Amino acid sequence: MKLRNDYEKTLWRRLVRFVDGITLQEIEEHAEELREELAEQQEESDQKAEAAFEAVPEPESREERRRQAEEAHAKEASAMLEKYKNWPKEHGIKIFGRLYALMSVVLCAIIIITLLATVSYLPEFGHETNPNNNEVVERYNADGLAETGATNAVAGMILDYRAFDTLGESHVLFIAAVCVMILLRLEYTKDGKPTDVLRSSEENDRLYEPKNDKILQLAAKVLVPVIILFGIYVILNGHLSPGGGFSGGAIIGAGLILYVNAFGFEKAGKIMNRKNYAVLSVVPLLFYAAAKGYSFFTGANHLESGIPKGTPGHILSAGLILPLNICVGLVVACTMYNFYTLFRKGGM
Amino acid sequence: MAIISVMLLSFLVVCAIAVALSKNLLTSIVIFMSYSVIMSVIWMILESPDLAITEAAVGAGVTSVLFYITLKKIHAMRGEEDDEAEK
Repeated sequence: MKLRNDYEKTLWRRLVRFVDGITLQEIEEHAEELREELAEQQEESDQKAEAAFEAVPEPESREERRRQAEEAHAKEASAMLEKYKNWPKEHGIKIFGRLYALMSVVLCAIIIITLLATVSYLPEFGHETNPNNNEVVERYNADGLAETGATNAVAGMILDYRAFDTLGESHVLFIAAVCVMILLRLEYTKDGKPTDVLRSSEENDRLYEPKNDKILQLAAKVLVPVIILFGIYVILNGHLSPGGGFSGGAIIGAGLILYVNAFGFEKAGKIMNRKNYAVLSVVPLLFYAAAKGYSFFTGANHLESGIPKGTPGHILSAGLILPLNICVGLVVACTMYNFYTLFRKGGM
Repeated sequence: MAIISVMLLSFLVVCAIAVALSKNLLTSIVIFMSYSVIMSVIWMILESPDLAITEAAVGAGVTSVLFYITLKKIHAMRGEEDDEAEK
């Protein structure tokens, strides 16, 4: 067998060294040590040979030597064990990290390719032979206005034909708000006083911010009424023009957040406190459930609400759509504001 | 109109990549906000103004504010350490 001179530099040896956790330098040092040891041993054995020549070794010293050899062996074994114990810490994590990065890139590439391939199978956007261009659309287009009384076909769809969908949606939103409350809300004590945690979180709330920023307050004074009025307009006009409960509620919520940023929680608490929040989000939900909950039993077949449809295009028309829009708007606005206060300091 | 939509869509792709690549979390949120604004204009072009309003109010408004508060709570806003050191 041919032994290569640069055997230590081959790929296999490098891998083995990496796995064992030693560097080339260490090996060279070790080789140097071995050479020195060998020389010492040679010397020793020479001396011993001389000594043996002079006197026969006594049994005890032989015993002694055997014990020393055993000890050295045990030490070597424990050092080996230590090295293999430390291997995951020194090299395992590195290998795992590289593998992790590689696999994440591969996974992302696979997902992107799959999604792009799926998109290529989709029918052309807005083409007349698309599967979604069926009798449902014809029905909505032809009879939607007469059946729902809403000029905005989208509002007619989501709050009349498929009102139970929107019922579920607003409940999802409410459940999300309740979950955030469970996670983040800080409670008052039983006798109505704030606990220490609540008080300190209120104190730390805007430690590094200006308290009564004049610029922000002036901007809020001008903007907040406009924003909230626009939100109310979007909600009330939901059955006539684009918009509706969800968008209007989000706009009102954003306006309330701006108000509380500018003027602080004390002033905002006069309009929105815990009691008002509970009433303003639960009562609309109950009303909605009472008005449209039956859909789950009748299978989306409609019962007449008894509210007159009115003239399409007037603000008081479209039967139940307007009250349901107001309900959804209230729930959404309260939820948005509640999210903000919970994130900020754990409650209103 | 086609040119505008292509431009907006390419902005969208750039924003989506930039959100993932930017090192500073605050920058990511601002880019995410602009992503929402572009998206709402695209909804407008696709003739769904309802979605455009909602996207602008929720995506660009409320979500970003919630992100800002979260960043503040986890002390990830840039320069906050300097402020604390001064006080």
